[in-house]
Amino acid sequence: MSETLTLAKGLNAGLRRAMEDDPKVLVMGEDVGRLGGVFRVTDGLQKDFGEERVIDTPLAESGIVGTAIGLALRGYRPVVEIQFDGFVFPAADQIITQLAKMHLRSLGAVTLPVVIRIPCGGGIGAVEHHSESPEAYFTHTAGLRVVACSNPADAYTMIQQAVASPDPVIFFEPKRRYWDKAPVDVEAPREAFPPLHEARVVRAGEDVTLLAYGPAVKTCLEAAEADDRSIEVIDLRSLNPLDIGAVTASVERTGRCVVVHEAPVFTGFGAELAARITERCFYRLEAPVLRVGGFATPYPPSRLEDHYLPDLDRVLDAVDRTFAW
Amino acid sequence: MTIDSVRGATGSGLEPELVQLLTPEGERVAHPDYPLDLTGDELRGLYRDLVIVRRVDREAVALTRQGELGLWASLLGQEAAQIGSGRALGPHDMVFPTYREHGVAWCRDVEPIKLLGLFRGVDHGGWDPAEHGFHLYTIVIGSQTLHAAGYAMGIQRDGVLGTDRAGAAIAYFGDGATSQGDVNEAFVFASVFNAPVVFFCQNNQWAISEPLEKQTRIPLYKRAQGYGFPGVRVDGNDVLACLAVTRKALREARDGQGPTLIEAFTYRMGAHTTTDDPTRYRLKAEEESWKLKDPIERLKAYLVRGEIADTAFLDEVEDEAKRVAADLRKACLELPDPGPEALFQHVYADPHPLVGEERERFAAYLASFEGATGE
Ligand SMILES: Cc1ncc(C[n+]2csc(CCOP(=O)(O)OP(=O)(O)O)c2C)c(N)n1
Ligand SMILES: [Mg+2]
Repeated sequence: MSETLTLAKGLNAGLRRAMEDDPKVLVMGEDVGRLGGVFRVTDGLQKDFGEERVIDTPLAESGIVGTAIGLALRGYRPVVEIQFDGFVFPAADQIITQLAKMHLRSLGAVTLPVVIRIPCGGGIGAVEHHSESPEAYFTHTAGLRVVACSNPADAYTMIQQAVASPDPVIFFEPKRRYWDKAPVDVEAPREAFPPLHEARVVRAGEDVTLLAYGPAVKTCLEAAEADDRSIEVIDLRSLNPLDIGAVTASVERTGRCVVVHEAPVFTGFGAELAARITERCFYRLEAPVLRVGGFATPYPPSRLEDHYLPDLDRVLDAVDRTFAW
Repeated sequence: MTIDSVRGATGSGLEPELVQLLTPEGERVAHPDYPLDLTGDELRGLYRDLVIVRRVDREAVALTRQGELGLWASLLGQEAAQIGSGRALGPHDMVFPTYREHGVAWCRDVEPIKLLGLFRGVDHGGWDPAEHGFHLYTIVIGSQTLHAAGYAMGIQRDGVLGTDRAGAAIAYFGDGATSQGDVNEAFVFASVFNAPVVFFCQNNQWAISEPLEKQTRIPLYKRAQGYGFPGVRVDGNDVLACLAVTRKALREARDGQGPTLIEAFTYRMGAHTTTDDPTRYRLKAEEESWKLKDPIERLKAYLVRGEIADTAFLDEVEDEAKRVAADLRKACLELPDPGPEALFQHVYADPHPLVGEERERFAAYLASFEGATGE
C-alpha cells in the first residue's frame, strides 16, 4: 500500500516499523520523546512505545552516544538522534574512538548496532552550527557505515536497514527536504527494499554524470531538468561503503562527471569520488571530474547561504565547464 | 518507571535555600549573608533596565514573526536574573554568555541591534568581546563555561587578583547545559586552579521540551559541593537578590577566593525560541503560576509602595522603552545584507591562498551573470 509521506514522516514510519519488529530497538536523544524531536521525526513514538524505549536524554551528546554503546553491549539497538549536525562534535570521541573500533578491538566478538541520525545541511535560514555537512569526518573513520537519504521512500526503507545493520551507521537526513512529499510503499516486505549500500540512477542520461547524495540530489535533478543536454543523475545513497561500480558504469558511458555536495569541496567527499573515478575511468574521461560544493570557509550566516549552497546555476556552470574542456 | 517515582527526585517547587530579598508581592526582606543597600536612583535604574530589555525582547519576537529575523531566543521571565547579575559586573569582569543573555548584553553596553545580526543571519555576532567585556554568544551548549574557566586562569596569571585591577570571569548557562561534559569539566578546572570564575546558571526549568528532572536529581546549586566550591540558589525573579548574590561571588573571585556556582531559579515564560511550540510539552497552569512571580511587577510594587518611584517615572520608562524598541526596529530593517565577498572574510587572520582563490573565482562567476539579460 502506497501512502504519500513527507521525508520526516517516512523516517517516522520506518522507525515505528523497526520498533514493532524488534523490541530491542530504542530511540534516544534530546527532545525526542514528549516533543517528538525538533523536526518531529520521532513524533508519537514515546506515546506508543513508552519512556523505556523512547528516551528523552540529558543534554549531553557524548553521554548519549556513550550510553548507546553501553546499551548495544547489553543487546539493545539504539537509534540516537543528534539534534543538529553542528552538535555531533561533542560526541566525536565516542563515535570515532569507541563506536567505530570496538568490533575490531574485540576481534569480532562485539558488534555495535547503533544508528546515529543526523539532520544535515543548510537552506533553512538557521543560525550557526545548524546547517553543516560533516559527512567527511565520518567517512574518514573506518568502522562506520555512512548513508544519506534524499527522499521519503528511501528514508522509510534506509532507516530500517540501518537499524538492522550489525555495524554502527551514521545516518544523514537532509533537513531542508524533511517536508518534501512522495509516495511510500509502507507495506513492502523488507526483502524487497533496495540494498542499503547500492547507489541509484535517479535520472538516466548520456552526456554527463552528476553524482550527489542527501539534499543535493534534488538540486541535481532540477539542474538536469532545466538543461538541454542529456544529464544522468546518480543518488549515491551510501557513502561508506561506496557503490563505485554504479558510478564507474555511468561515467564509462558519459565520459564526464560532476560531483555535487554542500560540504566544502576542499578535502570533501567529492575528492574521494574524483580520485576513484580518475583511477578507474581515466581513458574514458573527456574532462577532469569537477566538484561543486561549499567554499573553504565556515558555513556562512543565513543571508549568505544561497551563495554558499550549490544551486542549479552552479551545477550547470560546472557541467558547461566539463563540456568546454 | 516514571521519573517522578524515583527515590530522591527533586520536584521543581521552591526550596527553602532560595535567597530572596524581594518577595513576589514586592516586599523587601533581609538575608543575613546578603545585605544590600541601594539608593533610589539605583533601584529606579534596575527597574528601567528590566522594562527596557523586556520591551527589546518583545520587539525582537515581533520582528521574527514578521520575517525580519530567522529566529529569536526570548529572555521573557529571566530579566531579573540577567539584570541583577549584569549590574553586579565591574569594568574588568568578562562575561561568557549563551544565546539568551540579551539583558546582560544590555548591561555591557552591547547595542541591541548588534544582537540581532546573528538572528537575522547577517553575521555570527560580530561585536568585539574585549570592548564590552562580553564574549560572543555561544550556541553550542556549555562550551563557553570552559572558556570562562580558562579566561579566569589568565586573570590569575596576570597577578591582578586582590588589586583594583582585578576582574572575574562569569559564565552563563542553562539548566540543560549542566549535563554537558564541558560544563562539568569547567567546574573541575575552576576548582582545581581556584580560578576567579562565577558560574551563573539560569535554571529556567526547561531545556527546550525537557523539564529539569531530565537533567538532575538534586538541586543544581548543590552540585558545586561535589566539585569543591560554594553553590547558592537565588530567586532568579528577584533582581535585588540576583544582584547581591552575584556581587558577593564576583567580589570573592576577584579577591582570589575561587569559583562560585549560582543557580538562579527562574522560568522561561515563552517558547524555547520562536520556532518552538511549548503547548506540546507543558501545561498552561505552570506558566500561569510563574506569572505571579513576575520579576518586573514585584519591583514595581516595591518602588511604588515605598514611594521610590511615581507614575511620572514609570511612564517615562515606558516611553523610553518604546523609543528603544522603535529605534531597534528601524535599525533592524536598515541592516544591510552582507555582500558575497563577506563569505571569504575573516576566515583566517593571515591571508590564505585557497580562500583568496575561491573568492576571486566566485567573484568572476557572479560577474558572468551581469549583462546576461536572459533574452
Ligand atoms: C551541544 C548542543 N546540543 C544541542 C543543542 C540544541 N539546543 C539548543 S538550546 C537547547 C536546550 C538548552 O537548555 P538550557 O541549557 O536549559 O538553556 P535554555 O535554552 O533553557 O536557556 C538545546 C538542546 C545545542 N545548541 N548544542
Ligand atoms: Mg533551561
